Amino acid sequence: MKKSFLLPKSLKNVDTHYCSGCGHGILHRLVAQAIDELNIREKTIGIAPVGCAVIAYNYWDFDVSEAAHGRALAVATGIKRCRPQNVVFTYQGDGDLASIGIAETLHSANRGENLTCIFVNNACYGMTGGQMAPTTLRGQKTITTPLGRDPESGDGWPLKLSEVLSVLDGVCFVARSSMSNPQGVKETYQYIKRAFINQIEKKGFSLVEVLSSCPTIWQKTPIDALRWIEDEMVKEFPLGVIKE
Amino acid sequence: MEKNKTKKNKVLMAGNEAMAEAAIRAGCGFYAGYPITPQNELIAYMAKKMKPRNRVFVQAESELAAINMVFGASAAGVRAMTSSSSPGISLKQEGISYLAGASLPAVIINVMRGGPGLGSIESSQSDYFQATRGGGHGDYFTLTLAPWSVDEAARLVMLAFDLADYYRNPTLILADAIIGQMMEPVELILRKEFKKKIPKKNWALTGAKGRSPNIIRSFFLKEGLLETYNEYLRKKWNNIRKNEQRFSTYKTDKNKYLIVAYGSQARIVREAVDILRKENIKVGLFRPISLWPYPEKGLKRLAKGVKKVVVVEQSLGQMVEDVKLALPGKEVVFLGKAGGGIPQAKEIINLIKRNR
Ligand SMILES: Cc1ncc(C[n+]2csc(CCOP(=O)(O)OP(=O)(O)O)c2C)c(N)n1
Ligand code: SF4
Repeated sequence: MKKSFLLPKSLKNVDTHYCSGCGHGILHRLVAQAIDELNIREKTIGIAPVGCAVIAYNYWDFDVSEAAHGRALAVATGIKRCRPQNVVFTYQGDGDLASIGIAETLHSANRGENLTCIFVNNACYGMTGGQMAPTTLRGQKTITTPLGRDPESGDGWPLKLSEVLSVLDGVCFVARSSMSNPQGVKETYQYIKRAFINQIEKKGFSLVEVLSSCPTIWQKTPIDALRWIEDEMVKEFPLGVIKE
Repeated sequence: MEKNKTKKNKVLMAGNEAMAEAAIRAGCGFYAGYPITPQNELIAYMAKKMKPRNRVFVQAESELAAINMVFGASAAGVRAMTSSSSPGISLKQEGISYLAGASLPAVIINVMRGGPGLGSIESSQSDYFQATRGGGHGDYFTLTLAPWSVDEAARLVMLAFDLADYYRNPTLILADAIIGQMMEPVELILRKEFKKKIPKKNWALTGAKGRSPNIIRSFFLKEGLLETYNEYLRKKWNNIRKNEQRFSTYKTDKNKYLIVAYGSQARIVREAVDILRKENIKVGLFRPISLWPYPEKGLKRLAKGVKKVVVVEQSLGQMVEDVKLALPGKEVVFLGKAGGGIPQAKEIINLIKRNR
């Protein structure tokens, strides 16, 4: 019998440290699969963030660098400028990319760095135990917004960084997808592939924002977490191509 | 023949430009910086000269971004440098710690200005502690070299790239505003002062073609892993302490007093030494070139038999601690000014005379 669901070559066959129902695992696979399909594994360099995906190099089977919290796109800029023949991408959470690293994000995008950026939006800080992220929804309870995020009282509004980036001239592609259902996973895969192809074709900065579940911090079952993305997150973060 | 050649190669340059040119000659392939006085000539020089040579120049959005770009370039196996002045160097410290944590080479130039805070743009030596004690978080050191002339600044930058690559460790040039701004003749030839063979960077990220993946990391979560890495660092520090102490001396024969100073301050001390020697007062200069590792072996040797050791700094007293550590029991007198104040030859002379 022919096996049709195989482990991508760019993904190692190891146990995962992610919580059950976590989006990171699926997204690691989608990235690996896209790299396989484009046949770029041997020239790909990934940048892992500081966040739950800090040890992404334990899963990906290609060259990977760590970066300080929020600085992935600066590290990627250094690598890509020195080795334009390689395919360089960052993989970052919302705290990493949209809070502490927002200057690096904005300026890498604005310089039109020929990079691919995978932005994992799980509306919270996972690794540090569930604090408010810039993307935390209004009213969402986190350990630093125990009564729910209240924009009026100084917590600020959910930051729509993809929309912000889309107005910059250096940015060639921005899209937002959700991994809350099979259709969304497929769409995510297509966006990621496009973001890599853009880089191969030297088109500039591409970013894919992925709404990704974090059942542990959201204190939901994996299924309910997916529902919450569809019922709540998507309202604040509409899906689709934002710029192309 | 050789002599003529070096003469011909002498050009008048400001310290900042000479350091930039030296970096280019040493094969610096990547530079990122952010404007700050008194090192602006350096970034401007790199902006002008890197691109035509197919090297990378980036004006970063901040010092944070610049040092992390350098991290990336270094991870890609390229000789990389950034420069700044005191407040900007403070911002780079997290990145420097990551470089040390990931065993990545890089050259960082600090053209010091006065502090704390925004301080002033006048010359100062008040970042000595930050430079020689790691500066960022964690157990690590950066090799630190302090030039006292424009020519030496250029030479030390070339040496810094070799040291950084050999030890896989960030290396700092600790210059001050006077060295950065003043103009002097420089010999612009690449002198191979570092004789050891620098290993190939087979750890660099180039794409996992025909080999297993390379990983650049400073994160060691599994119990025992970080301790092992720290022990590897300890060996490295000991090795550096043993092999890389550098200093020079001036008129130290039969001296009764030894003055210790580095960078631009050592030039003023030299002036004072000349005057004092003319008056038959036996005094000499000990000038550390490597501030980390501190040249304690040389200092111990030269301080043997002297009556008093005088330390002069453009700070309220930082290097003096290393002198005291190296010379237990010895009487050490300190003269220091900060915030743009510079101990003058006259004050040094008076101090020596008062201490006779
Ligand atoms: C300079 C610095 N500040 C804070 C931290 C602690 N820290 C680690 S991960 C993280 C937030 C991670 O959240 P996110 O980027 O959303 O990723 P997730 O864990 O949710 O995937 C923080 C604040 C750090 N490592 N470094
Ligand atoms: S805390 Fe959230 S983001 Fe982190 S591994 Fe668990 S589910 Fe995933």
